[in-house]
Amino acid sequence: MLRFTLRRLVLAALVGIAVSFIAFMLLRVSGDLAIALAGEDASPADVERIRQEYGLNRPIIVQYGEWLWRALRGDLGRSLFYPESVANLILTRLPVTLSLAGMGLVVAIVIALPLGIVAALRRNTWVDRTALGIAVIGQAMPNFWFGLLMIFVFGLALGWLPISGSDSFAHFIMPAITLGWFSAPVLMRLTRGGMVEVMTSDYIRTAHAKGLPARVVVLKHALRNAIVPVVALCSVQFGNMLSGSVVIETVFALQGIGYLAWEAISRRDFPVVQGILLLVALFYVVLTLLADIANAWLDPRIRRG
Amino acid sequence: MSDATLPKPTAPALQKKRGRILGNPGLVVAALVLGLITLMAVFAPLIAPHDPYVQVLDDRLIPPAFVDAEMSDPRYLLGTDNLGRDYLSRLIYGARISLLIGLLTVLVSGVIGTTLGVAAGYFGGRVDTVVSFLITTRLSLPVVMVALAVVAVAGGSLRVVVLVLGLLLWDRFAVVMRSATMQLRNLEYVAAARSVGCSTPRILLGEILPNLVSALVVVASYEMAQAILLEAALSFLGLGVQPPLPSWGLMVAEAKEVMLFDPWVILLPGLAICILVLAINMLGDGIRDATAPEGRS
Repeated sequence: MLRFTLRRLVLAALVGIAVSFIAFMLLRVSGDLAIALAGEDASPADVERIRQEYGLNRPIIVQYGEWLWRALRGDLGRSLFYPESVANLILTRLPVTLSLAGMGLVVAIVIALPLGIVAALRRNTWVDRTALGIAVIGQAMPNFWFGLLMIFVFGLALGWLPISGSDSFAHFIMPAITLGWFSAPVLMRLTRGGMVEVMTSDYIRTAHAKGLPARVVVLKHALRNAIVPVVALCSVQFGNMLSGSVVIETVFALQGIGYLAWEAISRRDFPVVQGILLLVALFYVVLTLLADIANAWLDPRIRRG
Repeated sequence: MSDATLPKPTAPALQKKRGRILGNPGLVVAALVLGLITLMAVFAPLIAPHDPYVQVLDDRLIPPAFVDAEMSDPRYLLGTDNLGRDYLSRLIYGARISLLIGLLTVLVSGVIGTTLGVAAGYFGGRVDTVVSFLITTRLSLPVVMVALAVVAVAGGSLRVVVLVLGLLLWDRFAVVMRSATMQLRNLEYVAAARSVGCSTPRILLGEILPNLVSALVVVASYEMAQAILLEAALSFLGLGVQPPLPSWGLMVAEAKEVMLFDPWVILLPGLAICILVLAINMLGDGIRDATAPEGRS
């Protein structure tokens, strides 16, 4: 277990470095940073001076090292648009996105678990096929369109929910449902698969034979084992939701880092884009690391593989 | 062995396969729908009743007959958008963009992912470690964010969108091809090819690759659907295909402004995406079930 964890840690660290290099290079290829910092109408001499001052004429790998060192201490540079540091900008918006992703995950679980369990118990019946059908059709809808339809029905036509902004809990309901809806099918399939496997195992037959009520067998004995990979996948899905927040937050004008990313990209404020990209990617690296370790800890077969 | 007995053992197998394909209504319907959309896209200039780019400013936002029979105009079967362009024609031409992006993206990502996956699965060891590292790195990158940023830098055009998506969506190809190749590598017929002195490229191309085709088609269908959805999202956010091209995602974005009074304008392009993606996904599911019966449980 220790060996597996160490190996996985090294991999995560290497991936983190690779991702940070990609984020770093994105800002570099986005245009001449010296011109961006000096302003569009600066004289060539001024641009050259800034290039010297910021060390933009040194080898790229040296600049990367320095940038990484600063980033590790929380200094992600300054926004080209807001009079604020990138780190501050992100930190003020991050709680919105984290709440959104958290609520989205709850929605996904509430949809996926019952459907997955029922589909497994009624395998190959119309219940199973309906659950699968919902998943297939749901996945085919573009998420921004799903969001807009919700805005039209519940926001504009019925007037039940606010359609944009992030001031209250009500503002999060539609975005969270949209986000959760698109994560649910993956979780549902895994729940169903796990339950099918567990329900045909010997110890479940024994539990049935002992005369335990079906409810106890399913919820207490079977689900407990089937749920392990689902919990691990939830952690990965949470990471996916952070990156999926770009589209959803833009549709609902929710002031999180996803919306900030879209605004920054549209304004070519690339230091901010870089910071968000780095943060979201590192979140994902850590979350998948946790999921893998949890899976290996609970299932010794994975450690050896 | 007489000639009469030769084909017998294969006939039931073939029949079984045909039965699996025709006995799966989802697969048949999906193939028909997809074929219809493809024909529509290919022959768009012949089918479309109007030029999808011509704006008739006197005929703005005319609803289709099923929305408002009185306001509708028989010249515009599915109405017009807020610039007075025929919606049906734009939807038909939009199929070209979605299909083209889907196919080309899968071509790019399929080549990258299959090469990496087969190499990792066949050679194992250090190659496998490097490829696994590449896959993990790719998975950590938020696709939409990276794609948006690259399009913002390189400019929104069909070519850029295809390249970006192709360079991002190879992960599933690599994962599936890797594990499939690992299983094949140790089979007797591959060992036999190796022992008679076949070169590595010949084994990979002649023995391994042909057996990966059905898995490849299944992954390709999912990734194609994914690419179409992503293009729609990018175009919707203004950083994909640029106007006046009739990308379905772009049409949803343009319809957003008038959605309060004319919700049908937003409904139609979204439905079009839905139907196309659904057909592609169902085709993939159907092919998977028909070719790998052990996948059904």
